[in-house]
Amino acid sequence: MDTLNRNRLPALAAAAGILVAVAIAMIFFYAPVDQDGLNQKIFYFHVPVALTAYAGFGWGAWKALLHLWKGKPGADLESYVAIHQGIIFGALTLLTGSLWARVRWGHWWLWSEDQLVLFLVLFLFYSAYFMLRFSVEPGRMRANLSAVYALFGVVLIPISFAAIRLAKEYIHPIAFTSEGPQMSGSQFLTFCVSWAAMLTLLAALYHLELAGKRLDARLRELRELLA
Amino acid sequence: MSVEEKYVAAAYLVVFVAVLVYLLIISTKLARLEREVGELVERVKEQRG
Repeated sequence: MDTLNRNRLPALAAAAGILVAVAIAMIFFYAPVDQDGLNQKIFYFHVPVALTAYAGFGWGAWKALLHLWKGKPGADLESYVAIHQGIIFGALTLLTGSLWARVRWGHWWLWSEDQLVLFLVLFLFYSAYFMLRFSVEPGRMRANLSAVYALFGVVLIPISFAAIRLAKEYIHPIAFTSEGPQMSGSQFLTFCVSWAAMLTLLAALYHLELAGKRLDARLRELRELLA
Repeated sequence: MSVEEKYVAAAYLVVFVAVLVYLLIISTKLARLEREVGELVERVKEQRG
C-alpha cells in the first residue's frame, strides 16, 4: 500500500501522458469527420475539459464538506488545490469553447447562450474563492470560510450542466440527451478515451500541486523549529 | 492550412501550452524548495559544528 501511495504521482503522470497521446491519435486517425466538418474535432477536447473542470470543482466541494463535517486534517488544502485545478480546466474550457464558437458560429462569445453564461458565472464564482481565501489570515477561520464558499458553488454545477437542456432556443450543440449520446460508436469511444485522459491529467496535476504545497508547509515548520 | 484547420490546431495548442506553463511554474517552485532544503541543511550543519 505504501509503495502504491509513493508511486501514485509518477504512475498518474505516465497514465495521463499515454492516455492523452492515445486520445489525440484516436481523434485524428480513428474518429470520422462528421457533417459539421473538421471543427467538430474540438469537441473531443472541449467537452472532456469542461466535464473535468466540473470534477475539479466537485472534488473541491467534497473535500470542503469533509473539512466542515469531519474536520479531516488536510481537507482544506485538498479542497483549495482541487478548486485551483478546476479553475485551470475552466479557463481552458472557455478558451477552447471560444475558438470553436468562432469557427462554428462566427462569434467568439454569445451572451444569449445560457450554457456559456452559466459556465462563466461558475468560473467567476470559483475565481472569487481565491480572493476570499487570501483576504483572510491563515488558520481555522480561513479554512471554514473557504469550505462554506466552495460548498455554495457546487450548486451551480448541475445548473450549468442542465442549462442547455432547459433552454428553449439555443445554438450550442447537445451531444448527450435522454436518448443517449448523439454520435457514432467510434466517436463516443474517442470521447470516452479523451475524457479519461483529461481526468487522469487532472488527478496527476492535483497530486503534483498537493505534494508541492505539503512540502512547502513542512519546510516552513522545519525552518521555524530551527530558528 | 485552411481556416478551420487553424482553429482546430489553436484549440489543441491552447491546452498544451497551458500544461507546459503549469509545468514551468511547478518546476520553478521545485527549484525554490530545493534551494530552501539546501539552506536548512547548511543551517543544521552550522548548529552542530
